[in-house]
Amino acid sequence: MLKLPIYLDYSATTPIDPRVADKMIPYLVEKFGNPASRSHAFGWEAEAAVEEARVEVAKLVNADPKEIVWTSGATESNNLALKGAAQFYAGKGKHLVTVKTEHKAVLDTCRELERLGFEVSYLDVKDNGLLDLEVFKAALRPDTILVSVMLVNNEIGVIQPIAEIGEICRAKGIVLHVDAAQATGKVVIDLATLKVDLMSFSAHKTYGPKGIGALYVRRKPRIRLTAQMHGGGHERGFRSGTLATHQIVGMGEAFRLARLEMGAENERIRMLRDRLFKGLSDIEEVYVNGDMEQRVPHNLNVSFAYVEGESLLMAVKDLAVSSGSACTSASLEPSYVLRALGREDELAHSSIRFTLGRFTTEEEVDYAIRLLHDKIGRLRELSPLWEMVQEGIDLSTVQWAAH
Amino acid sequence: MFTPVYLDHNATTPVDPVVLDAMLPYLSSQHGNASSRHEYGRAARRAVDEARSKVAAALGAHASEVVFTSGGSEANNLLIKGVAACLKPGLLAVSAIEHPCVIRPAEQLRKRGWTLQKLAVDANGRIDGANFQAVMAEQPRIVSVMLANNETGVIQDVESLAAQASAAGAWFHTDAVQAVGKMAVDFRRLNAAGVHALSLSAHKIGGPKGAAALVVDKRLDIEPLIAGGGHERGLRSGTENVAAIVGFGVACELAAARRLANGERLLALRRRVERGLRALGATLFGQAAERLPNTVCFAFPELDGETLVGQLDRDGYAVASGAACSSANPEPSHVLQAMGVAPELARGAVRVSLGFVNTDAEIDGFLVTLQATVLRLHQLTAMAV
Repeated sequence: MLKLPIYLDYSATTPIDPRVADKMIPYLVEKFGNPASRSHAFGWEAEAAVEEARVEVAKLVNADPKEIVWTSGATESNNLALKGAAQFYAGKGKHLVTVKTEHKAVLDTCRELERLGFEVSYLDVKDNGLLDLEVFKAALRPDTILVSVMLVNNEIGVIQPIAEIGEICRAKGIVLHVDAAQATGKVVIDLATLKVDLMSFSAHKTYGPKGIGALYVRRKPRIRLTAQMHGGGHERGFRSGTLATHQIVGMGEAFRLARLEMGAENERIRMLRDRLFKGLSDIEEVYVNGDMEQRVPHNLNVSFAYVEGESLLMAVKDLAVSSGSACTSASLEPSYVLRALGREDELAHSSIRFTLGRFTTEEEVDYAIRLLHDKIGRLRELSPLWEMVQEGIDLSTVQWAAH
Repeated sequence: MFTPVYLDHNATTPVDPVVLDAMLPYLSSQHGNASSRHEYGRAARRAVDEARSKVAAALGAHASEVVFTSGGSEANNLLIKGVAACLKPGLLAVSAIEHPCVIRPAEQLRKRGWTLQKLAVDANGRIDGANFQAVMAEQPRIVSVMLANNETGVIQDVESLAAQASAAGAWFHTDAVQAVGKMAVDFRRLNAAGVHALSLSAHKIGGPKGAAALVVDKRLDIEPLIAGGGHERGLRSGTENVAAIVGFGVACELAAARRLANGERLLALRRRVERGLRALGATLFGQAAERLPNTVCFAFPELDGETLVGQLDRDGYAVASGAACSSANPEPSHVLQAMGVAPELARGAVRVSLGFVNTDAEIDGFLVTLQATVLRLHQLTAMAV
């Protein structure tokens, strides 16, 4: 039996892998020490677990464990990276470059930095969601100190050309921050070769718990940050606050499993995603959002033309999917990411993001295909626009009466 | 198997089994993101809302006054920096015995044009009334005084201090991280006296690490520390840590329900420890002050605290030589120094912080071990001299 609603929203959050939960629970109960307690075995045991997890997080991205700073999540990592670097390097310049399709955690932080006197360029993307490197190069100025580009987009799953961006930034001595919250376990990240200076990670997008993330801070060449959270001087002064041992242990185990299993898992998920794509592509007037090649295998984001967005989400409530990202889904605004791709409001409104994951089955995908065929058909039967299109009327020539 | 006796509950506490049971579904099948609109998301949202109501109820606050954060340090940073960001720079006063996560952010504000005044305490660790009045006369914009101290357990008369601070036109904050669960903490009553914000943390009261809250009077303007998505009424962005928040809610509920019984039990245990310590000739800090029922801070003249604590650990008793987060710091405690304790004696400081799971037998065992350890260390010291 299928459990409804079917969860196809792995980019909003993933379930905790049961193997991860099993490792976490002892650290809530018998191994409950504060890792900062230096005077007894309870503390040392917790500290050892924290350091073991740090090694696992570093291994997934081929970094040194000393380059990993724990935070409460990718949002905090993004805030620490951007504000921390901007404030530290403000003496060199006050210009930042980012992209219009970044996560709110980057965009809102940039807005805050603007209020504090920094200048930020928000770059357009091509209609496939990818950053044009020529546009990027042209945006860099002598006073540019920091660039922030995400590795994998949360809504459309496209993979930005971070290796190339890294080369460009390094040559100019500009600090590069990359939000990799959606990338871990989906694409290979090798920080020994990528010229990335700061990278944000999240556990709960990779089968770990919510409430824990990390920031990679490069040591060679050394990147400095102004701390944003002050107190007991935890995390070598980068981030004060008691470390949540069980969550850190969970992130370490989740990242260890990702390292060991991502190769096989991604192939399985790609097969399911392609099955979903194929199953939907015989519905008329369906448009894929974002490049299909430079994209993680977990994501399919499509717009159904001539269907009203809200009714669409209501009609597919047996599927736990999202339109836009979870963080902005409370608003009825069309996705700013899809609009940045040049999608008109109508198509942006009637989009669905399907994100598949470790526990998605073929049966679930087939159910989703059948349901969408059925529901899209019915919604279009109710749509006067669809009727006009069927009658061969070119809607762009219609003069709508104002009301 | 040999399990050491844990006497360091002010550093952190084990998660209560009832709390764990409430959390477990959110570590498995209930995995939604509270911002998602589908059923998984709505279930997570309901859980967060319910926990918020529980935290509020335990403190006599309204649910809309509770802002969840990742920890007590974040709550204190948010309050100090976030309130300061909405005000014109002026005078900021925090007590000299605050936790570093209040003192350090306050020091940071100097870079933004603020003047920092540290409020003095007397020999028993209580706010010095004359000094406090003098500072209030200078009309500080923000005042922060902790409800109970993490190292000594000394309780401040926050209602009276807040009333004076409010009368002087200041916003008043109290760090109640160590107080909640160990003494009555009623935000409505504190708020009426002039307290505008209060911090508390889950892992000090049988909840998980990774969840805490700032309880705030809505008249107080706060600039968020963490931007991006506008969670927590825009005061704290980031995907809600649902499991930890659920655990926090239940921990608050339990703490409120058990406080009276636990308080008596803890006080009886503390008195037992104190009788033993006096018999051994220890100096007890903050003796004349009202203190948390679970905390004793003491020293033996001429004995190094680190050495003593290390030996006790080997003998199966986990205690602290100061606050957990500054344990790596060889400097004597800033709290004891502010109380005028000589640095040599302060270096001997040991903190015992009890939990209601501790037993009389454990205390007696601890005292016997302590006596033997002190005797041995004295002999070693005598030989070295």
